[in-house]
Amino acid sequence: MPRITVTVDGVTYEEEVEPRLLLVHLLRDRLGRTGTPIGCDTTNCGACTVMLDGRSAKSCSVLAVQADGCDVLTIEGLAADGRLHPLQTAFHEEHALQCGYCTPGMIMAALDLLKEDPDPSEEAVREGLEGNLCRCTGYCNIVRAVRRGAQAMSGREVSAS
Amino acid sequence: MTEVGSARRRKEDARLITGRTQWTDNIQLPGMLYVAYLRSPMAHARIVRVDTGPARREPGVVAAFSGRDFAQEQGSLPCAWPVSEDVVIPDHPPMAVHEVRYVGEAVACVVATDRYKAADALAAIEIEYEELPAVLDMAEALTDTAPKVHEAGNRAFTWRFGNGDIDAAFRDAPVVVDRTYVQQRLIPSAMEPRAVVAATDGDAFTLYSATQIPHILRVMLALTTGIPEHRLRVIAPDVGGGFGSKLQVTAEEVLALLLARRLGRPVKWTESRSEGNMTVHHGRDQLQRISVAAERDGRLRGIKVDLLADMGAYLMLVTPGIPLLGAFMYNGIYKMDAYDFGCTGVFTTKMPTDAYRGAGRPEATYALERVMDELAAEVGLDPLELRRRNWIRHEEFPYTTIANLTYDSGNYEAATERATTLFGYDKLRAEQADRRERRDPVQLGIGVSTYTEMCGLAPSRVLGSLSYGAGGWEHASVRMLPTGKVEVVTGSSPHGQGHVTAWSQIVADALGVPFEDVSVMHGDTAVSPRGMDTYGSRSLAVGGVAVLQACDKVKEKARQVAAHLLEASPEDLEFAEGSFRVRGTGAGRSIQEIALAVFAAHDLPDGFEPALDADATFDPENFSYPHGTHLCAIEVDTETGQSRIRSYVAVDDVGKVVNPLIVEGQVHGGLAQGIAQALFEEAVYDADGNLLTTTMADYLMPTAADLPDFVTDRTETPATSNPLGVKGVGEAGTIASTPAVVNAIVDALRPHGVHDVRMPCTPERIWRTLAGVRGGAA
Amino acid sequence: MIPAAFDYVRPESLAEACEALADAGEDAKVLAGGQSLLPLLRLRLSFPSTLVDVGRLTELHDIRDGGDHVFIGAGATHYDVVRSPLVNAACPLVALAAATVADPAVRHRGTFGGALAHADPAGDLPAVAVALDCVFTARSANGEREIPAAEFFVDYLEPALAPDEILTGIRVPKLGPGWGYHYEKFHRTAQSWAIVGVAAAVRRSNGVVEEARIGLTNMGPTPLRARGVEDALRGAGIHPAAPDDGGADPIRDACGEAAAGSSPPSDLHAQPDYRRHLARALTHRAVRAAARA
Repeated sequence: MPRITVTVDGVTYEEEVEPRLLLVHLLRDRLGRTGTPIGCDTTNCGACTVMLDGRSAKSCSVLAVQADGCDVLTIEGLAADGRLHPLQTAFHEEHALQCGYCTPGMIMAALDLLKEDPDPSEEAVREGLEGNLCRCTGYCNIVRAVRRGAQAMSGREVSAS
Repeated sequence: MTEVGSARRRKEDARLITGRTQWTDNIQLPGMLYVAYLRSPMAHARIVRVDTGPARREPGVVAAFSGRDFAQEQGSLPCAWPVSEDVVIPDHPPMAVHEVRYVGEAVACVVATDRYKAADALAAIEIEYEELPAVLDMAEALTDTAPKVHEAGNRAFTWRFGNGDIDAAFRDAPVVVDRTYVQQRLIPSAMEPRAVVAATDGDAFTLYSATQIPHILRVMLALTTGIPEHRLRVIAPDVGGGFGSKLQVTAEEVLALLLARRLGRPVKWTESRSEGNMTVHHGRDQLQRISVAAERDGRLRGIKVDLLADMGAYLMLVTPGIPLLGAFMYNGIYKMDAYDFGCTGVFTTKMPTDAYRGAGRPEATYALERVMDELAAEVGLDPLELRRRNWIRHEEFPYTTIANLTYDSGNYEAATERATTLFGYDKLRAEQADRRERRDPVQLGIGVSTYTEMCGLAPSRVLGSLSYGAGGWEHASVRMLPTGKVEVVTGSSPHGQGHVTAWSQIVADALGVPFEDVSVMHGDTAVSPRGMDTYGSRSLAVGGVAVLQACDKVKEKARQVAAHLLEASPEDLEFAEGSFRVRGTGAGRSIQEIALAVFAAHDLPDGFEPALDADATFDPENFSYPHGTHLCAIEVDTETGQSRIRSYVAVDDVGKVVNPLIVEGQVHGGLAQGIAQALFEEAVYDADGNLLTTTMADYLMPTAADLPDFVTDRTETPATSNPLGVKGVGEAGTIASTPAVVNAIVDALRPHGVHDVRMPCTPERIWRTLAGVRGGAA
Repeated sequence: MIPAAFDYVRPESLAEACEALADAGEDAKVLAGGQSLLPLLRLRLSFPSTLVDVGRLTELHDIRDGGDHVFIGAGATHYDVVRSPLVNAACPLVALAAATVADPAVRHRGTFGGALAHADPAGDLPAVAVALDCVFTARSANGEREIPAAEFFVDYLEPALAPDEILTGIRVPKLGPGWGYHYEKFHRTAQSWAIVGVAAAVRRSNGVVEEARIGLTNMGPTPLRARGVEDALRGAGIHPAAPDDGGADPIRDACGEAAAGSSPPSDLHAQPDYRRHLARALTHRAVRAAARA
C-alpha cells in the first residue's frame, strides 16, 4: 500500500493507504477530522470542501494518494489560537447557517473566493459559491456573511500593515 | 433587556462553524461494524433466490443477511395514520422477503469491518428476480386491468370531506373554472445523508440516528422490534436538516437494531446520496383537479377538489395523511358557501411519499392560488383585487371557514398593503404593459400568492379525530441549578432551526436570568424522556409554549420561597428583572438567591420540596394560522424559455416573533425550496420504474447563483391560541412561494394564450408550452 | 460513494508514465486532476485496473507561446488556463469557456487535457477545440503524434487515443487581430451541465462578418462544428436593417442552420427538438456577442 505524508491543520501524518481511499475518508475515518462532512457522491454539493495547498478542493474527489506531500486546511484548523476566523464570525453574525452541514464547505469555498476577489459584489459571491449547495438558508445570509467577512478581513489586513 | 423579539445570534453556531460537530456518521464505537445494503434494481419483482454465502467469504465480511434471515423478527415498518375505514396498510418488511416493489428497496445486507469492504462484498451476493410489471401511472393503476402492486389492489384509501351545498354552488354559476395541476414528485435532499448507529450491551440498546423524531422513533422501534421501550435509548445527535424527510421510521433504523442484537456489536450505516435519492421518502406527487364556481364579479361560490395522491409502494409513517393535511386548506383565506374535497391514495411501484416541508398544505395552496389567478383572468380582474373581494376581512376574526377550521387571527389587508409597497406593484405592472406593447421577447410576469396554513400541528383531540396515531402535545422541563443557572429539557428535537437560542430567550425573559445562563438539552430520550419532536411548524407554537409554562411554574415555586424568606405574602410580591420584591418596601430576593436557598433547604416553607424545577406539557386547543402575501416578478425569455426571478417580496405574519433573525432565515430557506419546486426539481422515473434523478447532477437543486436576494418583511398579528402569540414559520415560505412563481410565469405568457405551465417550469417546458399555443411545431 | 479497488502508480516522468500505461494493459486509466474520473469511480461506473497518476508531471503543466499558437499542457488546470495572461490575450475563447467549467473548486483540480480526453460532448471545452481547430499531441512508449481536433472526438466519451497513449498538450492556434469571441452556455442551474453551448469566434470588419468559427456543445455524441453557419455568415451585415427597411437580419438568418447535421441527445434536461431550437437561438446570441466583443 502506498505510504503518504500529509499535513492536516498543521499536524503532519504518515499513513499507509489503499490507493482508492478518498481524501475525505482519510480525514474523517483515519485521522478523526470529522469537521469535514460528506453530502453527495458526484462533486456537486461541496460540503467536503477543504483547502488543498491553499486552493479549494472537494475532498470527496481527491484520492488520499493525490494529497501526498500536500497541506490540507479544514474547517477545524481555520480558527487560529482560539480566535475565530473573520468568515466564521461573519457566518455567525449574519445567521448564515441553520443545520450547519454545508457550513464547513461553504466557509472554505468563501475563503478561496476572497483570495481571488477581496471585495466581491453580491453577484460575484453568488457565482463564486456555485459549487456549494445549501438546503436551509436560501443563500441570502451566506452571501451577506461572505461580504461581511471580506470587509473584516480587509480591515484586519489594513490594521496589520 | 427583553430577550423575546431580539435578534440574538445563535448559541448553536459555535460548534457548527468550527467543525466540532456530532453528525451520526462521526460516531465511532469500539468494535463497530459497517453495514451496506444490496438494493433492488427492479421496480417490481418476485425474489426467486438469494444467496449471501459468497459475500460472507469476502475479506473483512463478518456477516451477510437477506430478508429471509430476519423474516421472523423484522416486523413491518409502521404506518401511524390509518386515515380511513377502507385504508389498506400492506405489510412492509424492512428487508424484502418475497417481493420488491420499488427500485432501491433493500433485499440483503453485508456487515464488514470497514465501509469499503462492506461496499465491495455486495457484488458477491447472488440474487435472482422474476420481473413483475411496474405500476407507474396513478390513473392507470386504478383501472380494473392494471397489474397490482399489492394483492389488495392499488387503491390505498378514499377520503371525502365537504361542507355546504356544493351542487347548488356550481348549479347556474356564472363562472366556473376547472383545472388540473400536477404536483410533481420531489426529493427532500437534506444536506446530511441519513446515518444510523446501533449499539447494545446485551439487552439494552442505544440508537443514534439522523432523525427529526427521536421520541416517536423510540416508541415505534420498540413496537416494531420487540425491544422493550425502557431498554431502548434513541439519540438524535447533530442532525443536518430534515424538511420532513427524517420524520420517518426507516428500514435501516430497524435493521441496525436487529443487526446489533444478532451480532452483539455496534453497527453503522451511512447512505450515499445516490442511495438516498432512491430510498429517502419522497414528497408531493399528486394530481389535483380543482373547480371553482364564482359570480361574475369574482366572488366565490364554492370549490371542489379531487386528488389522486401517489403513495408509492407502501404506507410509511404518515404517508396517507399527507394529502389530508391539505384537505382543510383548499379554501385558503377566502370565504365561500360550499366546499367539497375528495382524495384517493394510490399505490405505485415507486419510493413511498411522506412528509416534505409543508406536507399537504403547499399542494393545496398551489392549486388554490393558481386557480385564483385563472379566475381573475376569466373575470377580468387584477389578481390582487380578486383576492380582496374574497378574503376574510380583519374585523371578521375569529372566523370559522367553510372547511370548519377556526382562524383565530389574521390581517390579510395589512400584509398585502406592505407587500405591494415593497414590491412596487404598480410600477412593475406598468413595465409589464410596456413590454407587452413592445412585444419584447423578454416578457415580465407578476405572481401573487396570498396564503395561509394550518400549522403548529398539535391539538391532540383534532389529530385523534383524523385517525392520527399520536397526540400533538409537547413537553418541557425547566430546572434552576443551585448557582442560579437554568437547564431546559425540551421534547422538540431540532435539526437546524435554532431551538436552543429561541428557548433561551423565552426562559431569560420568563425567569429574569441572563440569556447566557440558560442551557437547553434535547434529542436524547435518556435526557428528554417525553416529546413529540419537530415537524409541521410546531416547535415554537407548542414546544416553546411548554417551556414558557414550565418557567411559570418554576417562578411560582420561587415566589413561595421568596415570600417565606421576605416574610411577606406571596401576593404582595412583584417579579421583575429576575427578582421578587415586596411591593412598597423594595426588599427583595433574586431568583438566583432563591435557587441557592432551595438547594440549601435550610429555611424553606413547611412542606416545600427542595427543588426549583417544573415540568409542563402543552396541548393547544387550535392550530395556528400564519399567513402572508408573496409577490414575485419574473422575466421570461420567450425565445429560449429561460426564466429569471427579478424580485421576490415576502411579507409574512407569523404572529409574535421570538427571534427575527431566525424567522427571516426560516423564510429564506422556505422560499428557496418552494421556488425550487416551481423551477428546478423533479424526481423522474422512467417507463420501467427506474429513478433517473439519483444524483445531485440530475436532481437539480438551486445554487446561490440561481436565486435572487429576497425582500422579507412581517406584519404581526398575534395568535390567540397560545400565550406567546406565536404561529410557526418553518413551512410558510415553501407554501407561499411555489404558486407565486408559477403565477408569475403564467402571467408573463398569458397574452400568448398560455394558461398553465407544468412544474418544474423548465426552459424546455416553457418553450414547448409556447410552441403549443402558437400552433407551431414543437 | 466508494470506488472499487485499483492499482496505482505515480511515475516520475512522462516517459515512465508511458511505459507504466503500456505495462498496465487495456483497463488502465490515466489520472490527472480526477475531477471527471473520481465521480465515475465512486458511482462504480468505471472499473480501471490501474490508475497512472500524471498529476505531478510538471512537464505537462506548461502554458507557452508557440509563435502562431499557444501550447497548453494537458496537465494545466482550468484555473491555470483561466488565469493565464497568454491564453487571455492570444486565445480568449479558451479562457471564456474554461471559466464556465463546473465550479471553482473543480477548476482548481480539473485539468484542461483531462476534460478534453474525457471527450464528453456536454463538456464546455471540446466545442472550443473543434471551433479553433486545435491540435492534440499524444505520447506513448512508441513516440509522439498529433491529432487534429476534427479527428480527436471519435464518439461519446471516446477520444482518438490508444489505451497506451497520454494526451500531453493542445496547440491552440492564434487567430490574430480582428476577432471577437463568446461562449454561450445554456444550463438550468449554475452548476449543471450545458443543455447546449455555443463557442463562437467572429472576425468582423466594416460592419460585416469576414469569417466565423462555431463549435456546438452537447448537440451530438461529439462536439460539432457548425460549418453551414460559418459559410452563411461570411459577408453578413452585423447590424439588422431597421423594421421599416424590411428588418432583414442576415446574422439571424445565417444561424438558422445551426442545428443542421446534428444529432442531439434526449435526456432528463431536454429533448432533441428543443436542443435544435436552442442551437439556433444561442448561436445567434453567441455570434452577436462575439461580433460586439
